[in-house]
Amino acid sequence: MADTVTTLSATDLGLESPAKPRGMFRRAWEVFAENRLALAGLSFVVFILLFCFVGPLIYKTNQVNTDLSTYLCRPSGAHLLGCDDLGYDELGRLMVGGQTSIEVGLAAAVVSVLFGTLYGAIAGFAGGWVDSLMMRVVDAGLALPSIMVIIILSVILHPSPPVMIFVIAVFYWFGVARLIRGETLSLRTREYVQAVRVIGGVPLRSVVRHVLPNAVGTIIVQATFAVADSILTLSGLGFLGLGIQAPATDWGSMLSSGLQYIQGGNYWWLIYPPGIAIILTCIAFNFIGDALRDAFETRLQKR
Amino acid sequence: MVGFLIRRIGQSIIVLFFVTVFTLFLVHLFPGGPIRALLGPRATPFQLAYYNNLYGFNQPFYVQYIKWVGQLLQGNLGYSPKLNLTVAAEISQDLPKTIVLVLLGLIVSLLFGIPLGVYQAVRRNSFGDYILTGVSFLGYSTPTFFVGLLLVDWFAVDTHVFPAFAPQSNSVGSILADPRALVLPVISYAFVLYALWSRYMRSSVMDNLVQDFVRTARAKGASERRVVWVHVFRNSLVSIVTLLGLTLPSLVAGAIFIEVVFNYPGMGLAFYQGALNVDYETLLGFTILATVATILGNLIADVGYAILDPRVRY
Repeated sequence: MADTVTTLSATDLGLESPAKPRGMFRRAWEVFAENRLALAGLSFVVFILLFCFVGPLIYKTNQVNTDLSTYLCRPSGAHLLGCDDLGYDELGRLMVGGQTSIEVGLAAAVVSVLFGTLYGAIAGFAGGWVDSLMMRVVDAGLALPSIMVIIILSVILHPSPPVMIFVIAVFYWFGVARLIRGETLSLRTREYVQAVRVIGGVPLRSVVRHVLPNAVGTIIVQATFAVADSILTLSGLGFLGLGIQAPATDWGSMLSSGLQYIQGGNYWWLIYPPGIAIILTCIAFNFIGDALRDAFETRLQKR
Repeated sequence: MVGFLIRRIGQSIIVLFFVTVFTLFLVHLFPGGPIRALLGPRATPFQLAYYNNLYGFNQPFYVQYIKWVGQLLQGNLGYSPKLNLTVAAEISQDLPKTIVLVLLGLIVSLLFGIPLGVYQAVRRNSFGDYILTGVSFLGYSTPTFFVGLLLVDWFAVDTHVFPAFAPQSNSVGSILADPRALVLPVISYAFVLYALWSRYMRSSVMDNLVQDFVRTARAKGASERRVVWVHVFRNSLVSIVTLLGLTLPSLVAGAIFIEVVFNYPGMGLAFYQGALNVDYETLLGFTILATVATILGNLIADVGYAILDPRVRY
């Protein structure tokens, strides 16, 4: 009789879950890994990162000095994707331009999502008139036509990669802030957040230790989409000639210089490589973002 | 309800204040100030001082702001010395042409996006759904200008099926008189919008399909066709109309790339040329108009919701 009592472990009494509980990231990864499109997207991102950042070490080209002897040369053994109108090797340019596009895209995404998250969390947690005022600023930012103001800012400021990061991020964080504020509003009424207040924790502790970790799914998903959107915005500015200036370049600026020759003959290597690079990179990030949304959306999980 | 109206209008006024302060501040960010931007690098200090005085830029910011808003309230959006036109005249010349482009693009994209989005939701995870999802992702991920560029390359340069440039004309009538030249701009614009509507429609219909009223309709013996097209579709349509109202001003701004690719003489092209010429009055006027339109659109949508939807109570 005594034996039976002692064999009743904490598991049997339901005090402890039978298996080691899987963390949120672990669960999310399991859902994510089942999505083949997401894995394809992730593989492509890894590939394009290697291509842009490791590629130039293997395929060495001169991307600083122009060379008129190779002006618009066709793809050949020496220049696998031909040359552009300044004699730069197009394949090498694709790598260098890709570095800029990806760096600006990632940085703008990280900056805007971090700032937007913090802003939204503070507004949502503060509540009252502080929240009201902070949200009117967000409303104002969302009411401004972002592409028009981004164009004006690019005219005013001398476009360099850090400036482009700033210009793009300045208009992206508003949406993130609104989203995270909504999330915070629903989280702050939960018992475990209120418990922090009861035991005397300062509001900052609630935000940093409890609200943000619970909103991390939303934050990561937003950041992923932000990368794709930022790369697109940068390419649009490059097309308008307001983006990164030569000799540096990005995929959009490459397209822009290729456009000048679209009427003059079949210079396909000036247009398709950068265009396809932009599209595939953005699709990859969108695939990843979509899968992450499913992965973190616990409602949809049947496990 | 009255309380809600007052509060909501109050919010809009605060937002308008922020927006106007920001845009006027933007003008002062031009290197050397707006007058230097206008007169160019070779202007003498005397000329700069003269025009700064004439345009009132030597006054304190708040004085400039009050004067400027006073002018805006009277409908004076500014005057472009580069074009020798008032901004209002520019807008009345260019906006109708942009509206033609945006409306045609909208109609084409909605004609495809709505039914195909419903189809995707009803037959989700079918082969057709995968293909169309691929198309929407392509629309999301392709820069607008690149779509236009490819269409020009394929259909204008290589095959001469359609003209590469939009109709060049000052009046809406003569733009519509040359429909062949409108085909490529409208298709490229519609392709990008299609992705938006079809994705939105797909998720909206999917959400509605699991609602209680659908189960009730099925329990009462409604045919699947009736369930989808009468019960679900109508509900999803309401939300897409709201979305449409909210995004309309930004759609007008989004036409910039299409207008530049096809040299379409609308507001977007004028704005872009204003940016290249540092014609700050044009930039300011266009931006403030688009912004105010957005704020009013949001206000009307919110109030309309409160009136139409009995569940929304404030």
